[in-house]
Amino acid sequence: MRVALFVTCLNDAVFPKTAVATVRLLERLGVQVDFPSGQTCCGQPLFTTGYRARAAPLVRRTVRAFEGYEYVVTPSGSCAAMVRTHYGRFGPEAAELGPRTYELTEFLVDVLGVTDVGAYFPYKVTYHPSCHGLRLLGLGDRPRRLLGAVKGLELVELPGAEECCGFGGTFAVKNPDVSAAMDADKVRSAVSTGGDVLCGADSSCLMHLGGMLRRLSAPLRELHLAEILAGTEEDPWREESGR
Amino acid sequence: MTTPSSSRPTPPSPPRSPSSASRERVLARIRAATAGAGEAPDVPRDYLTRHVPDDPEALLGLLHENLADYRAQVHRTTENELPQLIGRLLDRRGARSVAVPPGLPERWLSATTAERRGDEPRLGPYELDATDAVVTGCALAVAETGTIVLDGGPGQGRRALTLVPDLHLCVVRTPQQVVASVPLALARLGPTRPLTWISGPSATSDIELNRVEGVHGPRTLEVILVTGGPSDGH
Amino acid sequence: MSGVFVGMPAFPEAARTAVADATLRSNLRHATHTIRDKRARAVAELADWVELREAGRRIKEQTLRHLDRHLLRLEESVTGAGGTVHWAADAEEANRIVADLVRATGETEVVKVKSMATQEIGLNEALAAEGIRAYETDLAELIVQLGDDRPSHILVPAIHRNRGEIRDVFRSEMGKWGRPAPDGLTDAPAELAEAARLHLREKFLRAKVGISGANFMVAETGTLVVVESEGNGRMCLTLPETLISVVGIEKVVPSWRDLEVFLQTLPRSSTAERMNPYTSMWTGTSDDDGPSAFHLVLLDAGRTDVLADETGRQALRCIRCSACLNVCPVYERAGGHAYGSVYPGPIGAILTPQLRGTASGIDASLPYASSLCGACYEVCPVAIDIPEVLVHLRERIVERGGPGHRRERATMKAAGWVLDHPSLLAAGERLATRTRALHPRNPPGARAWTESRDLPELPAEPFRDWWRKNRT
Repeated sequence: MRVALFVTCLNDAVFPKTAVATVRLLERLGVQVDFPSGQTCCGQPLFTTGYRARAAPLVRRTVRAFEGYEYVVTPSGSCAAMVRTHYGRFGPEAAELGPRTYELTEFLVDVLGVTDVGAYFPYKVTYHPSCHGLRLLGLGDRPRRLLGAVKGLELVELPGAEECCGFGGTFAVKNPDVSAAMDADKVRSAVSTGGDVLCGADSSCLMHLGGMLRRLSAPLRELHLAEILAGTEEDPWREESGR
Repeated sequence: MTTPSSSRPTPPSPPRSPSSASRERVLARIRAATAGAGEAPDVPRDYLTRHVPDDPEALLGLLHENLADYRAQVHRTTENELPQLIGRLLDRRGARSVAVPPGLPERWLSATTAERRGDEPRLGPYELDATDAVVTGCALAVAETGTIVLDGGPGQGRRALTLVPDLHLCVVRTPQQVVASVPLALARLGPTRPLTWISGPSATSDIELNRVEGVHGPRTLEVILVTGGPSDGH
Repeated sequence: MSGVFVGMPAFPEAARTAVADATLRSNLRHATHTIRDKRARAVAELADWVELREAGRRIKEQTLRHLDRHLLRLEESVTGAGGTVHWAADAEEANRIVADLVRATGETEVVKVKSMATQEIGLNEALAAEGIRAYETDLAELIVQLGDDRPSHILVPAIHRNRGEIRDVFRSEMGKWGRPAPDGLTDAPAELAEAARLHLREKFLRAKVGISGANFMVAETGTLVVVESEGNGRMCLTLPETLISVVGIEKVVPSWRDLEVFLQTLPRSSTAERMNPYTSMWTGTSDDDGPSAFHLVLLDAGRTDVLADETGRQALRCIRCSACLNVCPVYERAGGHAYGSVYPGPIGAILTPQLRGTASGIDASLPYASSLCGACYEVCPVAIDIPEVLVHLRERIVERGGPGHRRERATMKAAGWVLDHPSLLAAGERLATRTRALHPRNPPGARAWTESRDLPELPAEPFRDWWRKNRT
């Protein structure tokens, strides 16, 4: 099976480890991964801030980049949701990309039909389901099922898991005080679990939460789900496994 | 008792409303606003008509449970024993006067010594305020929500009667007055009658969003479920 | 990016004060979390919630599509049942109509049922200017009125007050308005409710004019519906001789049967009850029950502007349950006052800028007062896609421009251009990663974010370079 990796601009520029982990995980599961280099940004930040006209060229570019692929896979619930729920506003051609776009856990569970991906991660993990994956994509328990099957991993419930972390794109800078209050509350919940790792499936939320974790010197770190699933007993996750 | 007259003076006629120009303006704005809109799809009515099976005994149980859940005091009795129960309940609450809606079966109050206050001519607000209790029937009761509905029919009286006195005893005849659900209740009610839906005693959620019983309406609601057969206690 | 957003609008500033107020934060957190869980349980009891929500949405859509017809039918039904219908194009006209009606009775005081519409139009203030005193009778409205405060929630206007604060207001203020608070009043909720009962009863008993809103108006029958808990509504609707109801034109529903949907979804969504304690339904006047004169004032006041907006008009479906407020993480932290309107929370963020326009700083800031998390849409019993309308209103604001958005527009233009040129983007990424040791911890564009957080370290190389080296 051949898929196009929709890496997202944030992972490309700031979190390449997440992107590399996604590639390694998919390849380990026998999937051939392409990276169409014409892709940049799906246009979400522009669109949700009110700049629909400025987002339109990026939408067209994204649609062109993934032309002809039956499966477009992205390690981002938020960007997948942009394509699936909002691209319809940019015309029929853009709308057509939606059904071919899969958030990583959807692709693993629904298309590949696996929940045990053979991963190994001997740490205590709590999971934050980001809003767009949760409410726009309806990811449900897919991420938790994947985490639950990871060898060595202890999954602990995050209190108030379904509450927003306070990122919301430009919300975090337009309403910094409310955003910081939401962020800090989320981090406090994560700390209360006694976990080692706060896991998520959206790099934007993880960046936001990670910034607060570091500022508060919290005793746990953020990590993308793809990085957890990419590690195996033979080749376990480690801090510099990005390569 | 020194109360203002309960007769109702005719209020002075209101001024002719100068709003007919506004009427046309608002209607024109609405038409302009919706002119280009497509036809709205039909309303799907595939929700349930009832959420529980059509079993009278189970409905009675559910009604009892839901009434009690919202702090109504619920009693079960038979037609024969109804007057004694009403008498006992009024006594227990120390009610010395009771408002009597037109058309209330005389038997119901045959075992109480409380002073009866008929509503013809109407009791004024202050007279009602000085009345301890009211005994009524109802139009129907809704099991799923624990609601009794009054429509001003015989034995129910006008709305103020069941509002101002602090104790309301309401008799529900089962199974005939019990419906399962809100949709079934609405279908049985006459829209043009003044209707009051009552689910438990007066309550408020205004302090820290916690429910507290007992504000302006009757603070005690006693609901008597009358069954046809012999007393099955409670 | 904050350097880009000069002229920070009013919501963020108001929210800053609220976030810093520990008592307020704790009051709001406690109240919203309590009701959130209860609502979820009340909704879960109905197996057909999804169908009821869809039906509610469609009924409202149908109504709005032919609003003129339904209002005319309503007018006919109400008039036929002995009521008088008035039409008010704006707030000023509605206030004038009500003031004239009250004056014609010769009365100088009225009792009021909690009503969003009359708050929206500032009726109490308008009546006061005519020498008419309006007494609020809903417990939370009473707390707000006695405390010379502003409402901060649709359902529970005094949600920002805890029981201790309420007791203090009652003790110090009740005597100035009528019967004082009982001696030794504590902060037990039952005692506070009892104090309100005693204080208001004398007003109910002597009232000759009642003023209300309505939750629903049935066009087919002319029936008005008020959903409440305390019994103050029943008092105001039943005891006075004259009843005046001020109701937004969008509150009409076509048929009697339509109530079967909303009487199931509204109580569960608002107070998380299977059914609220009291629901009153009346049709015009009756000879032997209730007020002998009934006036219905149909209020436009900007609603037809909302109706004209294809995306925005869904806000008119709102049945004022306030589930969206209770579940909103922004409302929970910013509180209702920050929204600068009687309609706070997510619904306020889409309704207020549509009713009032976006000329003022506060109104233009409201569509941004959301992280677009979607919790509001999820709980809305009439499926208003609040995030969709928020984004739509942001577009309107961007199109209109304005000083606060000039630099933002330039940045968005530049960002859009770079992102549409992958080679430029890659070059920029490389430059950024190579110079990462030189980056300040607090770069000017992200200062609002880095105020409270630390930036991640930039990687040694962007993903596209890794791909080029390892997979091509």
